[in-house]
Amino acid sequence: MNESNPLLQIKDLKTYFFLDEGTVKAVDGADLELGTCSTLGVVGESGCGKSVAARSIMQIVAKGGRIVSGEILFHHQLCKPGTDRRLSEKEEVIDLAMLDPQGDKIRSIRGAEISMVFQEPMTSLSPVHTIGNQIGEVISLHQKLDPKQAREKAIAMLDHVGMPLPKRTIDRYPHELSGGMRQRAMIAMALSCHPSLLIADEPTTALDVTTEAQILSLMRKLQDELGMSIMFITHNLGVIAQMADRVAVMYLGKVVEAASVDTLFYKPLHPYTQALMESIPRLGAKKRRGERLASIRGSVPDPYNLPKGCPFHPRCAKRVPNVCDREEPPNLKVDQGHEVRCVLYK
Amino acid sequence: MTNQPKIPVDEEAKIEEKIAVATPATMMWWKFRKHKAAVISTVFLVFMYLLAIFCEFVSPSVPDATSARYMSAPPSTIRLVDVEGKWHAPFVYLTEMSRDPVTRRAIYTENTEVRYPIKLFSTGPAYKFWGLWETDIHLFGLGVADEEQRVMLLGADRVGRDMLTMTVYGARISLSIGLIGVALSLGMGIVIGGISGFYGGAIDNFIQRVIEFIRSIPHIPLWMALSAALPLEWPVLKVYFAISMILSLTGWTSMARTVRGRFLAMREEDFILSARLTGSSEGRIILVHMVPSFLSYIIAILTLAVPYMILSETSLSFIGLGLRAPAVSWGVLLAEAQNVRSIALTPWVFWPAVAVISTVLAFNFLGDGLRDAADPYAR
Amino acid sequence: MLGYILRRVAIMIPTLFVISIMTFIIIQLPPGDFLTSYAASLRAQGEVIDEDEMEVMRERYGLNQPIYVQYAKWIWGIMTRGDWGQSMSLQVPVKDLIWQRMALSMVLSVVSLIVGWFIAIPLGVYSATHQYSLVDYIVTFISFMGIGTPSFLLGLVVMYVAMNYMGLTVGGLFSSQYIMAPWSWDKVIDLAKHIWIPIAILAFNGTAGGLRTTRANLLDELNKPYVETARSKGLKEGRVIWKYPVRVALNPFFSTVGWELANLIGGATLLSIVLNLQTEGPMLLNALTAQDMYLAGSFLFLLSAITVVGTLVSDILLAWVDPRIRMT
Repeated sequence: MNESNPLLQIKDLKTYFFLDEGTVKAVDGADLELGTCSTLGVVGESGCGKSVAARSIMQIVAKGGRIVSGEILFHHQLCKPGTDRRLSEKEEVIDLAMLDPQGDKIRSIRGAEISMVFQEPMTSLSPVHTIGNQIGEVISLHQKLDPKQAREKAIAMLDHVGMPLPKRTIDRYPHELSGGMRQRAMIAMALSCHPSLLIADEPTTALDVTTEAQILSLMRKLQDELGMSIMFITHNLGVIAQMADRVAVMYLGKVVEAASVDTLFYKPLHPYTQALMESIPRLGAKKRRGERLASIRGSVPDPYNLPKGCPFHPRCAKRVPNVCDREEPPNLKVDQGHEVRCVLYK
Repeated sequence: MTNQPKIPVDEEAKIEEKIAVATPATMMWWKFRKHKAAVISTVFLVFMYLLAIFCEFVSPSVPDATSARYMSAPPSTIRLVDVEGKWHAPFVYLTEMSRDPVTRRAIYTENTEVRYPIKLFSTGPAYKFWGLWETDIHLFGLGVADEEQRVMLLGADRVGRDMLTMTVYGARISLSIGLIGVALSLGMGIVIGGISGFYGGAIDNFIQRVIEFIRSIPHIPLWMALSAALPLEWPVLKVYFAISMILSLTGWTSMARTVRGRFLAMREEDFILSARLTGSSEGRIILVHMVPSFLSYIIAILTLAVPYMILSETSLSFIGLGLRAPAVSWGVLLAEAQNVRSIALTPWVFWPAVAVISTVLAFNFLGDGLRDAADPYAR
Repeated sequence: MLGYILRRVAIMIPTLFVISIMTFIIIQLPPGDFLTSYAASLRAQGEVIDEDEMEVMRERYGLNQPIYVQYAKWIWGIMTRGDWGQSMSLQVPVKDLIWQRMALSMVLSVVSLIVGWFIAIPLGVYSATHQYSLVDYIVTFISFMGIGTPSFLLGLVVMYVAMNYMGLTVGGLFSSQYIMAPWSWDKVIDLAKHIWIPIAILAFNGTAGGLRTTRANLLDELNKPYVETARSKGLKEGRVIWKYPVRVALNPFFSTVGWELANLIGGATLLSIVLNLQTEGPMLLNALTAQDMYLAGSFLFLLSAITVVGTLVSDILLAWVDPRIRMT
């Protein structure tokens, strides 16, 4: 992995939802960085803003929400189609946050340069169109191929993701496929235009464990073959350990800690990350009788009414009175490639 | 805000609890309140039903007060200022009728010499309140003999009856037939739908076929055929109930379907399974868990069925197959108004149509609001 | 698919039989028969009809036979000779009366249905995609008005407006010189000049219902994840909406064609009575009040048959457009 070669840099991103009940600061000053051909894992509880951050990159934030401020710099590698992206010399930097969500520019990136795999393979595919129709559509849209060529490409893509009998499956409807096959179809669709960035939003949460393992190894294999970066969103730390090179931990719209995967697992600094790590059941780890698995006290606060100061302080075991509830902790660089938002490391 | 004291953990929990203890009923009310049209409609419907309940008292006249003096008379003009520019309490001038020498049509002119102030709780034509107490007190009137002068806010029909009185009396039948028809449908629907859902198998299959069959006959022609079969000599009350029966004959099918569908869907729900696993009896499951969770939905469906019944009665009476005079319902009144001449010359005889449309509209808004509120956890 | 259609058609035939029996029973429900109501109407005009004459007529129409014999003769006539019996009040075979009126009713209902949908679908889509906008409020209100105003009342309103503000008399489907005339090109043009008013009225009701269905269904579908998937492909927003959620939201349309048609036929029956159209409505009403049983019975049967066929068509359409339906 080449650290000095970034693909995507998110700086102080703020995506708010303006609703009748109030403003939800779903992403509130998040910083993320993702290098070429690497995998960034994004972890956090439900509602921490990780999915909204991903959707902000693609400018497909749901109704009522919009990017308020911040930068999303995408390093567009200009190279001939089919050649290895890693060898490209020229690049163009685009601030995705500035683009019109409906405009031509972002639409030419969506599905072609950056594509996304969603959580529920059943509901994320249209129930009334065949797999081939849905994959072929994105191919003919971005690669200007006629329907016949697009269909052949779609079959090749299905074959590539390990779909059994791709020539027959292409005319199937999603409800005729198993969960794992649907997710393979989803991945085939996302990768059909060889994107440089694949955003995977909990792609295996809805699958059973065996299928999950297959899909994960498929994604690793495809990453090596196609030379793309993956932003892998999950709340499953086990999956993170298996997939990611770097990890960003999100809490209430902010990235509270970012480090390489090994650093994060062996030397977590932020109290929230530490609490997360302690809540993983470990196979073979000795536990005294009656000792319970640690859990994080309380739950994610009301999104309309965020706590002042450090967002984690009401649940934090190491909070410093009169500091944590007053001032927002700065982003501290504690080590090479290890950043944490906590006053304890000032 | 800077010196905000730290909230102790247990207090925090209390606040959280306050949100959590909002009962489903409270949440439904919150959601319903947001549907402005539904709230306004509720007020309107309460008003209409109050009119219908107290129709004898509210109306300034009685429905059998036909009069040659007021044939097709236009609405009275309520005045506050007299011809000399002096202010008074609301009053009307004496109206005098003459006839156009050529067309023989009645022409009504105001005689500004005679003023009749409008009185509250004034005397008027005698009536029996709810058919029980004889009295002649009306909510408002002029307190003079009927033939001398009337105050007719909505004008008079072809035979000189006060349209406001007719419309308000019509409300009693038209509004109640909707409720009775829906009550009958609901009764039949719950019993038959319940049997269908409870026994299942062949009985369920048979009942479902019957329902499909009834639904495949277009309602209006079917109702026409059935109400044409009612003997002409039947008294008003008997026809009234017969018509409600006919309307609910098709209405119960959708009710039964809804009840059965909800029952079947709910049997699969996790919370029913968990109730069963904790050892609740079948009766307790139905009463404590299933009924409350679809009651609100059923109420919404019922509310949407009422206007359909009201419209159906109006339609049938309108074409002369439902209620007939001397019964007074909005449909009967519209049937009497039904010719092009009356449309052009005396548009005020169509007030019952305004009543029908606004009531039906209000019921639809109310039902819509209830349906939204019935599922308070939806987005 | 073909097997499914054949199976559904096979189920339809006994249904139609039961309907024919039911209509016959309903027609027989009123006390007395055509002759008693005929005698009553004569008596009302001051004429008298003697008992012997009544018996002769009763014999001729077969009214003295048991009901199942009358039914058997009627249904046998229909199946073997296409003979729907004799209209007693008009003294002509029923088959000479019904077909043109039924055809006009069908034209009226089907055209109204199609026109209604053509307005309802785009408006409903716009309304749902621009929820809580001014247009959405207006569209919602109009659709509520359309649901609350039955076609016959709307008919009265249109007559009132035409009379008072345009000096027109609205009514009928033909100008007087064409009513009895045989079909010709001019007659068709004359029909087109008249039929648009009832079509507009019925389509207004149809639009109202359709708008509500489209809007509500689409609002549900717009939040489904597959819409997000489509958007993430880089499709234009219009294409995202129309290819995916609209396509799914329209399925209920196909499944309700049958009921919708039944509703429209009912509405058309009432409207044609008000506007005095030369469709089945006024004639059915007269036949029912005069107890002209074969005429009324034939109309009732045909109207029900249309609904049954409409339901069949809608089931087939739904199976065709929605791959999730298992064809059993």
